[in-house]
Amino acid sequence: MTDQAASGYIGGRMRPLDWLLSTDHKRVAWLYLVSLTGFFFLGGLMAVLMRLELATPAGDLVGDDTYNRLFTIHGIIMVWFFLVPSIPATLGNFLLPLMIGAKDLAFPKLNLASWYVFLLGSLFTLFSVVKGGVDTGWTFYTPFSSLYSNSYVSAAAFGVIVVGFSSIMTGINFIVTTHRLRAPGLTWFRLPIFVWTIYATALVMVLATPVLAASLTLIVMERLFGIGVFDPNLGGDPLLFQHLFWFYSHPAVYIMILPGMGVVSEIIPCFARRPLFGYTAVALSTMAIALFGFLVWGHHMFVSGLSPYAGVVFSFFSFLVAIPSAIKVFNWSLTLRKGHVSFEPPMLYALGFVGLFTFGGLAGLFVAAIAVDVQLHDTYFVVAHFHYIMVGGMVTAFMGGLHFWWPKMTGRMYSQLWGTIAAGTMFVGFNLTFLPQYVLGWAGMPRRYHQYPPEFQFWHDLSSAGAVVLALAYAMPLFYFGWSLLYGPPAPPNPWLATGLEWQTSSPPPKHNFDRVIVVKGPPYDYPHEADDPEVKR
Amino acid sequence: MTGIAFGPGDASTLAPQVNALFYALLAFSLALGTFLTLLVVVYSVKYRKGSDVPREGGRLRPMPVEIGWTSATLLTAFAIFAWSAHVYMDHVNPPPGAIVISGLAKQWMWKFRHPGGQREIDELHVPLGRPVVLELGSQDVIHSFFVPAFRVKQDVVPGRGNRLWFTASKVGRYHLFCAEYCGTEHSEMIGSIEVMEPEDYASWLAAQGEGETLAEGGERLFHSFGCSGCHGQSAQVRAPDLAGIWNRPVALASGETVIADAAYVRDSVLMPDRQVAAGYRPIMPSFAGLIDEEELQMIQAYVESLGGQP
Repeated sequence: MTDQAASGYIGGRMRPLDWLLSTDHKRVAWLYLVSLTGFFFLGGLMAVLMRLELATPAGDLVGDDTYNRLFTIHGIIMVWFFLVPSIPATLGNFLLPLMIGAKDLAFPKLNLASWYVFLLGSLFTLFSVVKGGVDTGWTFYTPFSSLYSNSYVSAAAFGVIVVGFSSIMTGINFIVTTHRLRAPGLTWFRLPIFVWTIYATALVMVLATPVLAASLTLIVMERLFGIGVFDPNLGGDPLLFQHLFWFYSHPAVYIMILPGMGVVSEIIPCFARRPLFGYTAVALSTMAIALFGFLVWGHHMFVSGLSPYAGVVFSFFSFLVAIPSAIKVFNWSLTLRKGHVSFEPPMLYALGFVGLFTFGGLAGLFVAAIAVDVQLHDTYFVVAHFHYIMVGGMVTAFMGGLHFWWPKMTGRMYSQLWGTIAAGTMFVGFNLTFLPQYVLGWAGMPRRYHQYPPEFQFWHDLSSAGAVVLALAYAMPLFYFGWSLLYGPPAPPNPWLATGLEWQTSSPPPKHNFDRVIVVKGPPYDYPHEADDPEVKR
Repeated sequence: MTGIAFGPGDASTLAPQVNALFYALLAFSLALGTFLTLLVVVYSVKYRKGSDVPREGGRLRPMPVEIGWTSATLLTAFAIFAWSAHVYMDHVNPPPGAIVISGLAKQWMWKFRHPGGQREIDELHVPLGRPVVLELGSQDVIHSFFVPAFRVKQDVVPGRGNRLWFTASKVGRYHLFCAEYCGTEHSEMIGSIEVMEPEDYASWLAAQGEGETLAEGGERLFHSFGCSGCHGQSAQVRAPDLAGIWNRPVALASGETVIADAAYVRDSVLMPDRQVAAGYRPIMPSFAGLIDEEELQMIQAYVESLGGQP
């Protein structure tokens, strides 16, 4: 190990307890990153198994009960143990204090505790999987989950409730940190967009997660004590669960995408050498998305027997929520104008995000249009739509963020060539996997089928082939990031010549983040950077 | 139905309306998506690092641009919303003169009963060109009745009746899927809809022979469950007469008023002490656990057959 890499918060000798008991936000971020990476590949493995099963119309590789358990645990892991905490708990944890010029989060011990709570809950759920699995789908719809499923529903739901507390802890920490610990001169409208999105995400986490805990608790109570909240034979209403569940889970979709938008808003200006176009609009649209996200839960229930008038109102709000998202895409595109655009791996991922998010978002118009959604609801069209946003959007942004801040987090550079190859492979593999699913959905292929009529096979085969390519693309960074950790050349404090406070300290940062007092005097995204080639600077 | 499916097929009067909206949205999305992609690609290439193009001047002022595209997207969204809401609201209520077929969903099959009492499992024969209303109930969990070629889908929620309707426009055989995940054999809960010429449908019905209709079944149950002992004309115990109450207001002992619809009949059978009619004592026993969903449908149909508001 060179002196460079041994310096900073990483320290010299690697003793496990120094990491497991550290309240340093940068070390906690690594605890999350390692566990989330494990969950991502576990959930990904389930996805690959499902895609292999779907390569033929008959259910020949795995039986129906196994298949149902696979998609359930894939959903639970990917939503609650990966996507919800993904960017906030890793990059957010690492960067939020650095970006606002703070020494740590407001509550460092709460931060560490949140990881242990996360681990406890997620391992509890995994335990239920080892015992025999859950077959309700990640949505836990009643009365199937509360009365009919003979699987480990209570244990899995309990684990998810516990993980929810971890979300709330993180949320509170981020909200207080953003309000109280900003450096002198760092006013709200000088904050990087990443901070805005993390802040909005934290608000939604704190406001929505309790509803999830309540609705899952009711399921557990109904299973254990037969309280009859959802059981129609006891006067309960199965649809009540859907209202409660989506009141959390729709805002949760924005928990899962807003931080990705934040990452991309950092990367694009840096590699375009231009200030973010329409900063104020992007910041405000972030808050608008967080707000409107609470008004659209009913669009998951258009065919549930909801009153047609309620359906139309929810359809209307769903169109409204599309607008702030569209505004962001326009602003990212225009940021490139008259810049000096270069294509390092973080930028490739960011541009990939813009494309995939756009096509995923446009598919959202189809499912918001109530007359068309009647056809598309619960088909592969919906599967394609949310994977374009969650995987094409969020996971791509996460990758972009990792490639962007990796030198800062580790003090080492990685192979640009392999980063480029992985980004390209991912883009191709992703589209091959999910583009055919739009066609499948329109043609009427329902979700959660482990066998299907033969006329759908062509599209399923394309999708399964794409899944293999995509799996390869996601495995690649494991190797070149691993190589970088051990042998990567030392990273300078600011390898991309980016603005932003996190680049004004060493790579990796010292334990208390900054060796000097931080005072902010100007707006964010003040590109071109002062260190740019004088010929570039205008 | 082999080969490659490029679309769901068009076999109902609703299909062309949904198609028009779907393909308009597709064209719009592809146009906007391509425009944005081109914008990113063209800017990225033109303004790539080291390219020799002028970058001075011509800076856009953000405010007018933001206002411009916000209003443009807002107007577009309103237009799509209005179109879609119009198509949807137009299709909420079935036209008069429809054939009413009752359907029961259970793990993992579909059961249907025609107005003449003919019964089918996982198959449904319907005539061309005539509106068909399906009154659906579920025995256990939530299922969803989905016929892609008709562009209709309706969840079937236990504890409440759900209804959908369609008018088939093309003779043929079409997939019926369960679209809401319902347990182990969800992907095997599929069937088919056979659309026939009206005369073929009539002869098919005749060949099946008349069966017990829902209301006839209800009348049978009304006696075998002993309902008639109290609710009948010559009853010893005083209980409300059910003739003529269908869809009419009923005064309750609590002072409230409810409409005696299918939901009220169901609740009264399962939870009789919840909404007691004014002037009667809560002495009726609950039939929860003794009566299944199909029998409930029959009782409802029987009470309906006793008359009231249509």
